[in-house]
Amino acid sequence: MASSSERSAGGASAAGYYVYLIPGAIGFIAIVLVPFVMNTAASFTRWNGIARPRFIGFENYIRLFNDGTFWEAIEHALASVIAMSIIPLLIGLVLAAVLFDYISSRFGPRASSILRAAYYLPQILPVAVAGILWGWILNPIGVLDALFDMIGLHWLALNWIGDPTLALVSLMGVMVWLQVGYALVVFMSGLARVDPALYEAAEIDGAGWFTRFLNITVPMLKPEIFVVGLTTTIAALKVFAPVFVLTGGGPGTATTVPSYLAYYHFFTTNRVGYGAAISSIQLLVTVALGLLFLRVQTRQTEEAQ
Amino acid sequence: MSAGEFSGALPARASAGRSREASFDTGVSRYFVLALLIVGAVLTLFPFVLAAINAIKSPQDYGANGPVALPRSFDLTALVTFWNEVRFGEKLWNSFLISGCVAFFGVTISLFNAYAIGIGRVRGRGLVLIAYLFGIMVPQEALVYPIYYLAKTVGLYDTKTSVIVVFSVLQGAFGTYLLSAVLTAFPREIVDSAHIDGASRWQVLWHIVIPMLRPTLSVLAVFFFIWTWNEFLLPLVLLISNDNQNVSIALGSLHGQYTSAPTTSAAAALLGIIPTVIFFLVFQRTLMRGVTVGAIK
Repeated sequence: MASSSERSAGGASAAGYYVYLIPGAIGFIAIVLVPFVMNTAASFTRWNGIARPRFIGFENYIRLFNDGTFWEAIEHALASVIAMSIIPLLIGLVLAAVLFDYISSRFGPRASSILRAAYYLPQILPVAVAGILWGWILNPIGVLDALFDMIGLHWLALNWIGDPTLALVSLMGVMVWLQVGYALVVFMSGLARVDPALYEAAEIDGAGWFTRFLNITVPMLKPEIFVVGLTTTIAALKVFAPVFVLTGGGPGTATTVPSYLAYYHFFTTNRVGYGAAISSIQLLVTVALGLLFLRVQTRQTEEAQ
Repeated sequence: MSAGEFSGALPARASAGRSREASFDTGVSRYFVLALLIVGAVLTLFPFVLAAINAIKSPQDYGANGPVALPRSFDLTALVTFWNEVRFGEKLWNSFLISGCVAFFGVTISLFNAYAIGIGRVRGRGLVLIAYLFGIMVPQEALVYPIYYLAKTVGLYDTKTSVIVVFSVLQGAFGTYLLSAVLTAFPREIVDSAHIDGASRWQVLWHIVIPMLRPTLSVLAVFFFIWTWNEFLLPLVLLISNDNQNVSIALGSLHGQYTSAPTTSAAAALLGIIPTVIFFLVFQRTLMRGVTVGAIK
């Protein structure tokens, strides 16, 4: 065999390495593979988690298609894409460019890294903690309204998480706050491979900041823009914790997202098959986007070589 | 990449622009930009500051002077009350235990898998990697009910062990993918010559691969630790009893319980923030360096 001739001197055949895959394989089968198969199977049944599941074919999916709440949840997922992906990406891009190309060269790299750290901090805060923090700030007798009352803007002292329209806006605001740091840090690490001389040359040639931004920064960061855009889109489509801790999907269904809807059916209505159908659709979308991400990334690394 | 690629994108030389740019630098406008960024940073950090200043106020002080005023009283009652009510010390310990174990076992699983894939070049390694890639991409929502059901079946429901096992595997999937790439590029001559000298596979792993990989492994461990600390959905479902809950779940299931006691809300938030800020200060460099590593999650 090829493997034994490869390593005949040491006597360590490739087959012996399989032992090292065993702990991971057992874990993978128990935690990913079996649950995945069970969830997919459950999506074709009517099951309350206790009695025997009854096979009903595509009925869950057909119902889902006619379920207004599900479509509402999809709309909110798209709102999450705006708040967790698009807005933080744009803010992060501008911030990264300003910190790298303006602050760093005029006030030193230390100023820029302190500012970067400040914007990044919300990223590593447990979402549950962010939930308490913002719940306390946004509730009707909370900090924000006290602040508005204090400075005389009484008309802005609104029920930020209790009003159906405002709740979604507030949730989106918190998402932006959470996500800007991620985009910023990825973009800044991308800018680190840009030769500063390029900016200096452009500056000497009279290119203003915005021209440099459009003609150097954005094209240079194309790979990072793609990475940030797609990974945050995937994260936004399966967002759960910020919704759970801040609004609980409410008021009513005003901020329900697909993950929350699945959770609700799993553990509150006990319609496990229905919840499984929701999460199966999520799985399809996420894996499709993930594969797209990998394809483009592989192509990019091949081009770079 | 060379700078030449982009020279076409650069605008033509314009001497008027140069002098204007120069006056920008010496003028006040650069301080204006700096001030703008500082305002943005302060707004970002404002919620943290609010939690800190209100957690140490007395309720009377809060009532009289509002949430934005600096504390005129020093009252740790809210912090102490909240700490005792949710038995916060216990929650912290649970979070530490779970995250620490996941960091250790997750890295171990990743290393073993990557050793077989990258150094061992076992047959079917492509398939193994694809499986783990699926493990990285699959949303937890699509696993949560079966995991809950299976944990109940095998008697691991509502145990810290269940969460440790689940996240060691899920983080391990990510680590496997990352370390396999690192170990595939590992210098083969070192491994081969060690085998010629009679070293076993275990000895090569323990005495050669691990020491050389230590920096990467510690970055991975830091990330696993923090990611697990911040996880929400699966611990929420698996950890029901007060004895087993961690910081995230204890804080995440308050649901406005302390709305009428604002200083207690602030105290709760502050207690949740402090460990994060400590991790951040300790691991700042690792986090910033490794942030792109986590992009695929």
